[in-house]
Amino acid sequence: MTRVPLPVPGVLRWGWRQLTSMRTALLLLMLLAVAAVPGSVFPQRRSDPARLADFLAEHPSAGPVLDRLGFFDVYASPWFSAIYLLLFVSLVGCLVPRTRRHLREVRAAPPRLPRRPDRLPVYRTVTLDPGGAPPADPDAVLAVARADLRRRRYRTRPDPGGLAAARGLAAERGLLAETGNLVFHLSLLAMLVSVAASSLVAWAGQALVVVGDGFANTLPMYDSFRPGTRVDAADLRPFSLTLDDLQVRFEENLPSQLGAPREFRADLTVRDGPEANPRRERLEVNHPVSVAGARIFLVGNGYAPVITVRDGEGGVAHSGAVPFLPMDGQYTSRGVVKVPDARPRQVALTGFLLPTAVLDPDRGPVSVFPEARSPRLVLTAFAGDPGQDDLGLDDGVARSVYVLDDSRLTRLLGADGEPARMQLAPGQTATLPDGAGTVTFDGLRRYAVLDIRSDPTRSAVLVSALAMFAGLLPSLFVRRRRIWIRVAPGQGSRTVVEVAGLARGEDVGLPREVTRVLDVVSAAVSAGAAGDATGRAGAPTGDSGSVPREG
Amino acid sequence: MTVDRTALAEWSNVLVDSAILIYAIALLAFGVDLSGRGRRADQGSSAVAGADAEAEVTGAAVAPVAGGSAVATVEHAAGSGTTTTATTTTVITTTAHVVTATVPARSRAAGIAVSLTWLAFLVHLAGVLARGLSIGRVPWANMYEFSVAGALVVTGVFLAILLRRDLRYLGSFVVGPVLLVLGLAVTAFYTEAAQLVPALDSYWLLIHVSVAFVAAALFTIGFSVSVLHLLQHRRELARLLGRAPARGRFLDTLPPSAELELLAYRLHVVAFPLWTFTVVVGAVWADAAWGRYWGWDPKEVWSFVVWVVYAAYLHARATRGWAGTRSAYLVFAGFGCLVFNFVGVNLLFSGLHSYSGVG
Repeated sequence: MTRVPLPVPGVLRWGWRQLTSMRTALLLLMLLAVAAVPGSVFPQRRSDPARLADFLAEHPSAGPVLDRLGFFDVYASPWFSAIYLLLFVSLVGCLVPRTRRHLREVRAAPPRLPRRPDRLPVYRTVTLDPGGAPPADPDAVLAVARADLRRRRYRTRPDPGGLAAARGLAAERGLLAETGNLVFHLSLLAMLVSVAASSLVAWAGQALVVVGDGFANTLPMYDSFRPGTRVDAADLRPFSLTLDDLQVRFEENLPSQLGAPREFRADLTVRDGPEANPRRERLEVNHPVSVAGARIFLVGNGYAPVITVRDGEGGVAHSGAVPFLPMDGQYTSRGVVKVPDARPRQVALTGFLLPTAVLDPDRGPVSVFPEARSPRLVLTAFAGDPGQDDLGLDDGVARSVYVLDDSRLTRLLGADGEPARMQLAPGQTATLPDGAGTVTFDGLRRYAVLDIRSDPTRSAVLVSALAMFAGLLPSLFVRRRRIWIRVAPGQGSRTVVEVAGLARGEDVGLPREVTRVLDVVSAAVSAGAAGDATGRAGAPTGDSGSVPREG
Repeated sequence: MTVDRTALAEWSNVLVDSAILIYAIALLAFGVDLSGRGRRADQGSSAVAGADAEAEVTGAAVAPVAGGSAVATVEHAAGSGTTTTATTTTVITTTAHVVTATVPARSRAAGIAVSLTWLAFLVHLAGVLARGLSIGRVPWANMYEFSVAGALVVTGVFLAILLRRDLRYLGSFVVGPVLLVLGLAVTAFYTEAAQLVPALDSYWLLIHVSVAFVAAALFTIGFSVSVLHLLQHRRELARLLGRAPARGRFLDTLPPSAELELLAYRLHVVAFPLWTFTVVVGAVWADAAWGRYWGWDPKEVWSFVVWVVYAAYLHARATRGWAGTRSAYLVFAGFGCLVFNFVGVNLLFSGLHSYSGVG
């Protein structure tokens, strides 16, 4: 009876064998390296959205194509995911049988002496003649050898040796190498799983807090918030904080690095919950503050000029600190003040803050140092019709507070017909053209940009990384060796000692080890023959400079 | 106090310049050694011996087994240990598989070169220390300092290996790159000594970067050995095919390609866990500094690429059809990525690791 095997399982088995082969794993590994590269070349949506926007603007034709192909989100792209998922499937396919085999080997005794030990890569033999004395007892000799090998962390088993009247010993060490190798690869898998889990439960948000102001851990307080797929607003624990102070220091002495950042330090008052006692914390770069399962990082800072706008009717239409965004290392900052409540017309101001303003003959006013030594506000003004909501604050469309859509606004002109430009030092007030009101630059406050993050899987990732490292070391440095010893009576009172060695992979030290064992056994034979009168005989010296035969 | 510090920084520059000069002379001496050795090798001494010698000796006195300069001998101490008793155990026969490999003796130029390298290393070390003292922190926080300190570690690792194994034939291939890096550092990357930017102000800078140095040093030396391995392999192949290899006679004085390959592997096997450690510690630091352990910043991307390529190398060596010369190409790829990670990423990409100070 013949049965034609179904082709489909055959193909599947063939495919599985291919996938789990070392060759495929190697290929996937190299592909993974190549596939990771574009993520460093193209701006990535997650890490640098601003640069991506610039890139898309500069490459209007190639940009969308690259976008569709996933080049701006490489590490979440289908092709990158496919490579590492295949790699890990291949890994699992390789690890499962290996783990099973290894567990078997760990439990089993070392394998017996091969039939022809002299054909093993390293083989030494010596025939000893006690010179008239009775031959040594092989069992006693092997007991000495066994004790020696055990001390060197070999597992041993008695081995009949395959010859009549012979006694033998099989020994093996270095199973830890394979254990380490398996731990390493399994930890890699565990790490991947933990990282995947973090995309479900981790969240991160960014908030800008002006010195003196507070922050409460609720969604509306965040400027941006990236929740994991399984995170909702209820997962935000109700902690709060106040930014008491922010000290910023820049390089002042070294001309070539003038203005380079030297120190950022924030003082916070933190409450872990509505009922909790407030505690004071110092927040620095590299030193996050932990609060209620989340961590707070200091990731940025800048200036928020305090601006008061009185409208055309004389009332205070706006008063408060307006965060300006730094655009260069000298903290030349850009900002927008939107005053929808100004009457008779809405007012909007846009312009720059120069912390240390200097009049450059070519470029006009510029900032030459990031510290606020002589701050100036340079503003231009717009007006709009409140009835039409020209500022566009109430139409429900989300707009950045840092960008002004001036499409429906009227630029206010000065007496010379040019756009009015007001330059203000702290305490100064400027009158807006056309009776739109006045602007006062009351002073300057600093703000901190805080990253607030929670990732419950962090410790799992760390543990897998440490386990990976712990497994890597024995997998690379522990040598797996097998040693066989055979002691057989020769002619008369002679004793023939044979020692053979086998290693997995290269093992430069194996011949030395075999010689050492041979010496130990020979010494035991001599001592045994001498009736243990002198204990162990002087150990013979072996070679120490040889390398194993390529086998 | 500030005056002292400025003076120290200037001293550091002088010391680094002096080290460059001494390295250059050392490189010359290493070159003389290689070329001189090449001529002597042609005069006949067998450079390579891979014989499998078996010898059987009868009698109490064991003669050294013939067949090469470093052949192992099994000498049984017939007299020393057992003569105290009435009976004397005698070795009747002894047999062993022995593989020999000649260890080429180096010329006097090699000795001079190593001495000069030590001198250059000490001067270099003094330069790095002076730089560190002048700023009161670890001297590797911008690209100039990073290159100078990294080159120091390459030399240091090489000299440390020399204490254990005679790899002087590698001298040119270690001191050469060191000189190149130092030259680039003082000409292109030079940055005045200054305090740290806050992002780098962490004890992790000490751990993360110093381990990265040692790993990179070993990768560099391993790369040099792999280049020699490949050249030697080509030469052996040409011999086998009956062609006389025209160039690279210095290779005749080096170990056979199989031995070079093994040496390269052993260097990489030490470097790889160190690089793994660098990446893991970097992730721990990133977690403390930026709130995430991994964010695919360009430096992280390339560190990952380096790790994966060297992992591929270690796997390739154990894969049929990839062992030997083919896996050596992965070493080249890995080292290329490593160099790019240190130079290209700093200068080309903007990212969170933009501390080069160049520009």
